[in-house]
Amino acid sequence: MSVKTYREALHDTLRGELIRDENVFLMGEEIGIFDGSYKITAGLLKEFGPKRVRDTPIAEEGFTGAAIGAAMLGLRPVVEIMTINFSLLALDQIVNHAAKIYGMFGGQMSVPMVIRTPGGGGQQLGASHSQNIELYYSFVPGLKVVAPSTPADAKALLLASIRDEDPVLFLENLALYNTKGEVPDEDEPAQIGTAAVTRKGRDLTLIGYSRMALVAQEVAAQLAESEGLDIEVVDLRSLRPLDRETVIESVKKTHAAVMLEDDWLTYGIGAEVAATISDGAFDYLDAPVRRVAMAEVPLPYSKPLETAALPSRDDVVNAVHETLDAMARRR
Amino acid sequence: MIQITMPRLSDTMEEGAISQWYKQPGEHVDAGEPLVEIETDKATMDYEAYDSGTLTKILVPEGELVPIGTPIAELDDGTAPQEPPAGAPKGATAQPPDLPEAPAPSALTDTAGRPPASEPAPIAAETAAAQPSGSAALTGTPRILATPVVRAIARENDIDLTRVRGSGPGGRIVKHDVEALLGGAPQTDSRAPEAPAPAPQPPAAPPADDRRGSEEVPLSSVRRVIARRLGASAREIPHFYVTAVADAEELMRLRAELNERLVAAGRPKVSVNDLLIRAAALALRQHPLVNASYNDDDATTMLVHHRVNIGVAVASENGLVVPVIDDADRKTVTQLGAEAHELVALANDRKLTPEQMSGGTFTISNLGMLGVEEFTAIINPPESAILAVGTTRREPVAVGEEIAARYQMRYTLSADHRIIDGALAARFLQTLTSLIEDPWTILA
Repeated sequence: MSVKTYREALHDTLRGELIRDENVFLMGEEIGIFDGSYKITAGLLKEFGPKRVRDTPIAEEGFTGAAIGAAMLGLRPVVEIMTINFSLLALDQIVNHAAKIYGMFGGQMSVPMVIRTPGGGGQQLGASHSQNIELYYSFVPGLKVVAPSTPADAKALLLASIRDEDPVLFLENLALYNTKGEVPDEDEPAQIGTAAVTRKGRDLTLIGYSRMALVAQEVAAQLAESEGLDIEVVDLRSLRPLDRETVIESVKKTHAAVMLEDDWLTYGIGAEVAATISDGAFDYLDAPVRRVAMAEVPLPYSKPLETAALPSRDDVVNAVHETLDAMARRR
Repeated sequence: MIQITMPRLSDTMEEGAISQWYKQPGEHVDAGEPLVEIETDKATMDYEAYDSGTLTKILVPEGELVPIGTPIAELDDGTAPQEPPAGAPKGATAQPPDLPEAPAPSALTDTAGRPPASEPAPIAAETAAAQPSGSAALTGTPRILATPVVRAIARENDIDLTRVRGSGPGGRIVKHDVEALLGGAPQTDSRAPEAPAPAPQPPAAPPADDRRGSEEVPLSSVRRVIARRLGASAREIPHFYVTAVADAEELMRLRAELNERLVAAGRPKVSVNDLLIRAAALALRQHPLVNASYNDDDATTMLVHHRVNIGVAVASENGLVVPVIDDADRKTVTQLGAEAHELVALANDRKLTPEQMSGGTFTISNLGMLGVEEFTAIINPPESAILAVGTTRREPVAVGEEIAARYQMRYTLSADHRIIDGALAARFLQTLTSLIEDPWTILA
């Protein structure tokens, strides 16, 4: 084990995979000479050369399409799209090609590619550069979508994504890059499609992914300390496939759930999770499933407004209190 | 013409039997007059006519069992034939009798579900006690607000939710409210919930006894089974009791040493109770006539069991249950401990299967952990003996000429005198005591 930032875990894992498998190569805007907009690929061009680490033009549709072709022919491209907002320019390539080639052509070839891309607001980057639109990809059969919240999961899920035979959208988050955690030294890929119970508890289940899984963890710890609450935390880790069973089992135990997400509430990931709970744990529910999500506005640039629009720890605490109150479990 | 169908008279009712027709074809019946007596899985009750008319046809004779919704008779009220009763949903029941007093609409009234004004008034049932739960939902009286888990618990335990006060939003009944009725401690906070504003007070059910300030609290089905079986055991089995005390000094020392080594080896620890289960199992093997069952007064034989299956009385969150460890005499203390641990967990989760709660040949009830010095237990039929174990604690005892502080354990065997005599019970306890005082023999 060594303590690393989320950023270092990604960097080291990419480097390790470049060494391990010569079919692995990286593509993206400014990932080479500039070392990457978020420095995930720092030093890799120098170490592996331009054949393995390719700077691309500002043309998401073009380089995503090129990566799909490379994957179809046996390479393992890892594409960096600078932020998930720009992936919209490649939406047709991702949704209509990467996701469908295996199924449409009778399984003749798969598309083993990874699209790494950070989402998340809170950096005053304005409405069009601050989105959480992983839902668009989580909706599409043929894609896998993973969303690690810790450096250890960043490593384990990136290993799994690169080695997976299907196209994987690997969701990062601007607010997570500097977070630290223990990372195993050995290479142990995670199993895509499994959630993790990151804190055991009996009073209520907090569900999150990516940044909000971390928030869930922090709020659970804070409420254990200040109010003696025993909250269970489920980190979804994978949005497609979604590990419904872990969510259902947790809610069967706690009888209540609060879903945390950084995206918009309406039609969001939490809506799918709530439906999952309603399907699988209906007879165990003692309170309505509550969702904490972003305000339904294009994220404002103004700092106070941006902060107000994003889900906060206080929002989570309030949702937990309201849910426990609905069960007459507090006061 | 009105078709009368088998009503749903309880939540769990799926079919009902006609026990008696009060009217015969051709007879006139007034609305509110008892028409037929129906036997359900729970009770027998009168079902009264909702409309006046002439009974034209009996479709289901006395003694016959039919599913709810099945037409059982036809009543001529002067209207066109084959009209189902107004407001009766297809396939569902007709109008179940309501509580003795029509409940006043409350803030919770689900107006959408209310019947048209012309709907006949609900009719009083014979006994409120036999009232089915959830009947309100079927008649359009105020819908009971309860969470899904509460409804599931109510179904499993026959709790009438009309009698439960809800402390959730808008008077919604939440798990906390029914946990109190089940005798299980709420998982988090036992502080009383805030008084809800317009609580869905039971529409009927006045306090059972004003002078004593009593209230009818539903018994769970588990509790009702316990009550019936223990009542029968105490009434029918001539119990007698034999108490012994064992010097448990060696047992405690052995356990401490053993656990030290087990922990070092990364294995689970063993408890006094695990050792005791095995000791009792070994003692039963030596005294097979204690491991027996009395058949009945007419039988010419009794049953002697060749397997030693020990029931362990568990005060679970849901009431007393006695899961059984099969072949306890052939298992190691570690195995017994693991099995007991698992069974207790299942008991608390209400996941024990009937299989896991039957087939016992002897029971151990241990209240030692609650500080009880000694007590007597009621035999768990069809077994013929039960061991009640008190606490193990240091007491001053005479060792030779000296007084020493030593661990003592008291236990009382309750035995069925019809097949076990005092001397047999005493010899069984002697064997048990010698095992406890020389605990290496328990392990061997």
